[in-house]
Amino acid sequence: MALLNSFKDLLFSDMINHFDYRMLIMWAIGGVLIFLAIKKEMEPTLLLPMGFGAILVNLPFSGAITQILENGEEQEGALSVLFDAGIANELFPLILFIGIGAMIDFGPLLSNPKLMIFGAAAQFGIFFTLCMASMFFPINDAASIAIIGAADGPTSIVVANKLNSEYLGAIMVAAYSYMALVPIIQPPVIKLLTTKKERMIRMPYTQTKVKKTTRILFPIIITIVAGLVAPASVSLVGFLMFGNLIRECGVLNSLSETAQKVLANLITIFLGITIATKMHYESFLAPDTLLILALGLFAFVFDTAGGVMFAKILNIFLPRGKKINPMIGAAGISAFPMSGRIVHKMGLAEDPQNFLLMHSIGVNVSGQIASVIAGGLILNFFM
Amino acid sequence: MLQNLFITSMAFSFADFNPMAFVDNLYYMGMGMAGIIIVMGVLIAITTLLNKIFSKSNKKDKEDK
Repeated sequence: MALLNSFKDLLFSDMINHFDYRMLIMWAIGGVLIFLAIKKEMEPTLLLPMGFGAILVNLPFSGAITQILENGEEQEGALSVLFDAGIANELFPLILFIGIGAMIDFGPLLSNPKLMIFGAAAQFGIFFTLCMASMFFPINDAASIAIIGAADGPTSIVVANKLNSEYLGAIMVAAYSYMALVPIIQPPVIKLLTTKKERMIRMPYTQTKVKKTTRILFPIIITIVAGLVAPASVSLVGFLMFGNLIRECGVLNSLSETAQKVLANLITIFLGITIATKMHYESFLAPDTLLILALGLFAFVFDTAGGVMFAKILNIFLPRGKKINPMIGAAGISAFPMSGRIVHKMGLAEDPQNFLLMHSIGVNVSGQIASVIAGGLILNFFM
Repeated sequence: MLQNLFITSMAFSFADFNPMAFVDNLYYMGMGMAGIIIVMGVLIAITTLLNKIFSKSNKKDKEDK
């Protein structure tokens, strides 16, 4: 009996003494993320590792993260090592950008470059949220929260890291969760800001062949232009365009395939689970986290609104027959290709003969470029 | 009165609540949007030029043949 009691004390006393009810809440949050990933198929590549990681780091004296033990010794955790190796120095998101760049086809955008302006307009939510968030947070945190509106995980991580935001965990959870919620967030905003007549505007598409030379020069030129305007964005833009150059050059097909599949998947595994190091209950369960989630949603909504309203304003000056369907403005966020497809589906729902896909995908792709430039500008202002 | 109640509740909930920061940071909003629009405008111009140059050289090659 004495043996049993001493065994029980040895095994459970640490757990009981250091257990906090907030760990249970984080387990529930982790469970919700896993549920959304598996059952609802919402960004499973990221929500599932994040959800599981949230459980791992919220166990008493979890060996997954670096802990200071009672005897004062530091016990290094694998997730903390991975965080220092890949997120603290922004390496993982930048390498992921190579894969994303290799996946993007700029063809629809290059055949109609004017669509890029909608990508710019749809970044309005980022800067408007910056003003809103600055009322509650110091400017570096406000800027990091605002960049959630970029709808781009790697950009959010890089900006929040470089600005030393203490809300990295909440920002990353918000960024990736809202990217998965784009099909739910955007349609009501679009419908609120447009009339049925506007949603039925047809935009005929004439396919024009884009020369290979143009496709090769485009990523190089973007890198130079963006780098001159916002030097802090060179790593973001450069890695994205490097991936695209590998794709378009035509002589590195094996590298392009590796970047799109193996590299992107590998980094996504590490990124997802490592983000969870910032989901410890002590830092995550705070009123500020709820406010950050609300501001992130605000950024997404105003991004959508910015793109749609810009298109509506342009229509005032355009002649009949050349009007733009304002819904394509909403595709200017970086959630590629989801946002483009949503706009196309909404167009078909109003008019089964209205094919907006090539226009919306072109705008969607420009949103990827614009969001990275927005991130670079934010870094320029506040670093 | 409702406005005052809102501001008071914000002040109690978030000790750093500073409504004037919204106005102070409108400058960055203006500069940011202007910056992105200018950069995208430059990219539009360059891309249009590239398309024109390389479609013209394609036509010239066809004529020569």
